[in-house]
Amino acid sequence: MSWETVIGLEVHVQLSTASKIFSGASTAFGAEPNSQASLVDLAMPGTLPVLNREAVRKAVKFGLAINAEIGKRSVFERKNYFYPDLPKGYQTTQLAEPIVGAGVIEIQLEDGTRKNVRIHHAHLEEDAGKSLHEDFFDEQGQGMTGIDLNRAGTPLIEIVTEPDMRSAEEAVACARKLHSIVTSIGICDGHMAQGSMRFDVNVSVRKQGDPKLGTRTETKNLNSFKFMEAAIKLEVDRQIDLLEDGGTIEQETRLYNGDTNTARSMRTKEDANDYRYFPCPDLLPVIITDEDIEALRAELPELPDARQARFSAEYGLSDYDAGILAGDRAVADYFEAAAQAAGDAKLAANWVIGDVAGQLNAAGITIEQCPLSAADLGQMIQRIQDGTISSKIAKQVFEACWNGEGTPDEVIEARGLKQMSDTGELEKIVDQVIADNATQAEAFRAADEGKQKKMFGFFVGQVMKLTQGKANPQQVNALLQEKLKETPGA
Amino acid sequence: MALDPQDLARVAHLARLHLDPADSDALAERLNRILGMIDHLQDADVGEIEPMAHPMDMVQTLRDDTVTDTDIRTTVQPLAPATEAGCYLVPRVIE
Repeated sequence: MSWETVIGLEVHVQLSTASKIFSGASTAFGAEPNSQASLVDLAMPGTLPVLNREAVRKAVKFGLAINAEIGKRSVFERKNYFYPDLPKGYQTTQLAEPIVGAGVIEIQLEDGTRKNVRIHHAHLEEDAGKSLHEDFFDEQGQGMTGIDLNRAGTPLIEIVTEPDMRSAEEAVACARKLHSIVTSIGICDGHMAQGSMRFDVNVSVRKQGDPKLGTRTETKNLNSFKFMEAAIKLEVDRQIDLLEDGGTIEQETRLYNGDTNTARSMRTKEDANDYRYFPCPDLLPVIITDEDIEALRAELPELPDARQARFSAEYGLSDYDAGILAGDRAVADYFEAAAQAAGDAKLAANWVIGDVAGQLNAAGITIEQCPLSAADLGQMIQRIQDGTISSKIAKQVFEACWNGEGTPDEVIEARGLKQMSDTGELEKIVDQVIADNATQAEAFRAADEGKQKKMFGFFVGQVMKLTQGKANPQQVNALLQEKLKETPGA
Repeated sequence: MALDPQDLARVAHLARLHLDPADSDALAERLNRILGMIDHLQDADVGEIEPMAHPMDMVQTLRDDTVTDTDIRTTVQPLAPATEAGCYLVPRVIE
């Protein structure tokens, strides 16, 4: 039997403000526990929230980036539940009147297929603190939970999609697209490992062609694309197995463990909270004027989709390459700077997508920390273009620059990597190679054209060996073609 | 709406309240009298009335995004019953 997967996402995005959404405490990551928890964040009696303008502005910017209706009047509500990382006993969030209404984003799969995913809405809310379940014990040796409220009150937008995705790949493409948008417009630092973006996935399956949605489960708090894909595949398999064995899916919240690639039920619908939402009496409705909206629209940088289209049109890049480069604002900026310096955008794109991305990955760093500046990469590409070095030698230059040996020109000079382009000198070497390998040269002359093609590489290799790879490949080819055909002594 | 004993047990469970089954019927009856009053309110026609978010007809003011609150941990942590390594300690919340 054929099953169709249906996926919707809820995405928590930490807004990159300096202070919290309702208090003046810092939001910097990695501080000593509770050193950034103010009286408001601690929910001390008598304290009142004061809304951060920047959080509102950043939320509106997101709405504009996805062509959504902006809630010109939005209302904060209290979502009541009891958990120690939320000392107030409620989360201040939005429900009936969110700041961002319905919008749409376009996702692109690896095979180039494009598809729209509708955004149901996005709302502003505060993050909770962090619970640490290991390492703490009371005097009787009973396990305790440690609470760090530094994160409590960090501004978030929660983005809720429609159930428009039909596979784990589509869900990941959607998550990546949202990551690309929020980092490009500068509302989130996008650091997944620090929890700056966290994904909840709603998964259900139904028989192919069935108009009714199946019962869904929600897997919470996935913080990498890799885990997200694995968690969805795991849950889809579980649901299909269960249904094919005649079972039923229970609506529940599940927790995924990336280390073991397993998931377990956290709570079922029976135990679900009734959050008893009501408008927060401590906060008044937030009003956004048309002038505010237009001013924020004017601040938006070029969006990833537009940049991808421009990279294709302006630099002649393939749609796929343009998409990779434009998907990350820092990568896109780096590429454009390198392309300008190099004067050859296609070569610059190949290097950024190939060697630069590969080395960054291997080193586990981002492009902002790349030891090779865009200007240096551009200079190196120029040296390939003007024949100073071959593409092969360029790899050596690249590595040396990466390891801090200087600019490409300095490395080429210091290591003596300049390509041998002096025809007179090369000619002598080519003659020597043919003389040293007289038998092979004889065989070459006797061979037919097809065979000659195969044998030619041997001679090129010998010349490169003698010149330590510095010979200009085009010249070597031309010289060998000419010389191999001559009969010795003629 | 009216609560039956099952509804009552469920609400009590969600509220983490211990309920003596012997009191269940009496409690359900009293709660249902309150719910009856709410039902009465539901009869009012509010179709033309915009839901009220706040009793004051005012607009939220916004503050600048600057860090104004500094570290107060050493002042406030002594108020907590148990702390360790800068964290507030509570009974373990997961098994």
